[in-house]
Amino acid sequence: MRISAQEVEHVAMLSRLELSDQEKRKYAETLSAILEYMEVLNRVDTDGVEPTAHVLPLKNVFREDRLEKCLEKALVLANAPEEEDGCFKVPRLV
Amino acid sequence: MSLTNLTAHELGDLLNRREISSVELTEAYLRRIEEVDGQVRAFLTVTADLALKQAAEADGKRARGEKLPPLAGIPMAMKDNMCTRGIKTTCASRILHNFIPPYDATVTERLLEAGAVLLGKCNMDEFAMGSSTENSGYFATRNPHDLRAVPGGSSGGSAAAVAAGEAVFALGSDTGGSIRLPAAFCGVIGLKPTYGRVSRYGLVAYASSLDQIGPLARDMRDCALVMNVIAGHDRRDSTSAPLEVPDYTKFLVDDVRGLKVGLPREYLGDGLDEEVRGWVKRAAETLEKLGAVCEEVSLPHTRYALPAYYIIAPAEASSNLARYDGVQYGLRVEADDIVSMYSKTRSQGFGEEVKRRIMLGTYALSSGYYDAYYLKAMKVRTLVKRDFDLAFEKCDCLLTPTSPTPAFDTGEKTADPLTMYLSDVCTIPVNLAGIPALSIPFGTVRGRPVGVQLIGKAFDEGTIIRAGYALEQGTDLTRPRPALERTVEEWASSTKP
Repeated sequence: MRISAQEVEHVAMLSRLELSDQEKRKYAETLSAILEYMEVLNRVDTDGVEPTAHVLPLKNVFREDRLEKCLEKALVLANAPEEEDGCFKVPRLV
Repeated sequence: MSLTNLTAHELGDLLNRREISSVELTEAYLRRIEEVDGQVRAFLTVTADLALKQAAEADGKRARGEKLPPLAGIPMAMKDNMCTRGIKTTCASRILHNFIPPYDATVTERLLEAGAVLLGKCNMDEFAMGSSTENSGYFATRNPHDLRAVPGGSSGGSAAAVAAGEAVFALGSDTGGSIRLPAAFCGVIGLKPTYGRVSRYGLVAYASSLDQIGPLARDMRDCALVMNVIAGHDRRDSTSAPLEVPDYTKFLVDDVRGLKVGLPREYLGDGLDEEVRGWVKRAAETLEKLGAVCEEVSLPHTRYALPAYYIIAPAEASSNLARYDGVQYGLRVEADDIVSMYSKTRSQGFGEEVKRRIMLGTYALSSGYYDAYYLKAMKVRTLVKRDFDLAFEKCDCLLTPTSPTPAFDTGEKTADPLTMYLSDVCTIPVNLAGIPALSIPFGTVRGRPVGVQLIGKAFDEGTIIRAGYALEQGTDLTRPRPALERTVEEWASSTKP
């Protein structure tokens, strides 16, 4: 499966990445080589095989819905690039 | 005798006999870091003041006659993707260049409670994506055995620190071989525990269904001692297994009589360095001489593990790394609107390989491709796991090379990502199956260490620790010491990078 520079641009947009034209061409090349290598998987007969998303036989893990000790607000905000009135601040949305 | 050559249990004995203090020991390691880390470049952050404070605390407790656990006062290092409260944790990424975690990872908490002394945080491939530690957003780490060679990755800084005498032991993380490959390349022991055995709370996520934390150490006893501290259920990690943890030192018995060791033929085929093959064969013979029974087995889906991994891991990564958006922590590149802010922050903050994997994963999960790539890969994962299940009906553990070749040269594989991915061909199947495996040094090729891999059943780290210990006791090949013993001057003149 080859992937074009245009498709790379689309995937980059979905990934919230900006790429230069040169980067797009380069990624198209390396991603195509990787995707072509993956075609070997088509040779495996997986009819009737259940997918494995996770190896442990664990189901949902529940706990009591009770307030527990958590981080102080100041600590939560300590790494924020910008904050105001105890909230994370972001550029205008609308 | 140099303190920077010894194991944790040897140093523990010296501490207990009051022949040295933890402060002296820590000073010796800090000095060693100062001497050699300019060349090895294993550390991103050195926490000298904190280390000396922790060492003084351990000494104080010992002086008061408190009975201390085995790792108390022992200087160690951690990969920089494990959260350390108040200490920068960057994942070797520019996007986390200023991130100071407000909490400790569970492994950090447990090691500090056990009295271990934190020397600093180790270099790695950015977000643990890589096999050579050349993908670090800061600088590449070098192999202490040969400065022209890579240390392996992604826990290259942790492995190099242990090999170069800059830490007694270290923690790494392993998603597709990131503990075992650097352990093999740097001539130390590296154990990837069963998925769920060690809490991932506070480990910066790469691929959550595969990531696991484990020790890098100088001998099997140290490996077992570190496991005793870090293994066990943690309610803060919902994938942590609610199982009893054995005392791993109980498996340090020099007896493998009757142990059934499988040699998977798919790991010993084409593409394997002839001298590495020779060392694996010799490891099998050593185990046989000690009473184990080796037999050939087959894991027919082995060749499909690597392509399946490079769909599953990037798919999980593309989701996990969506959180780096310049809002709550890390780098922010200002822009007029929020979407541009996200895109600019991520484009400047992530390195080339991280972007490649994010896009690969996004592509594999995107509408129209999900079934062909992601679903197919998860089905192949089932088949890879089933191969191991069948092999373990006949065998107690498996023996393979850790890597088809010894450490390659810096720059040798950076131009072609696919070639770099193939470095992990022997380690990746283990992560897909979620089972434990360790790499133990066994001989050298052209002066570079070789590792052999022992693979065990789920939650049976004990058997591979026992087999590793037997190899260690049965030969003198498991501790390639030159890198630890060479003086700085000899070193600089013998291996100019």
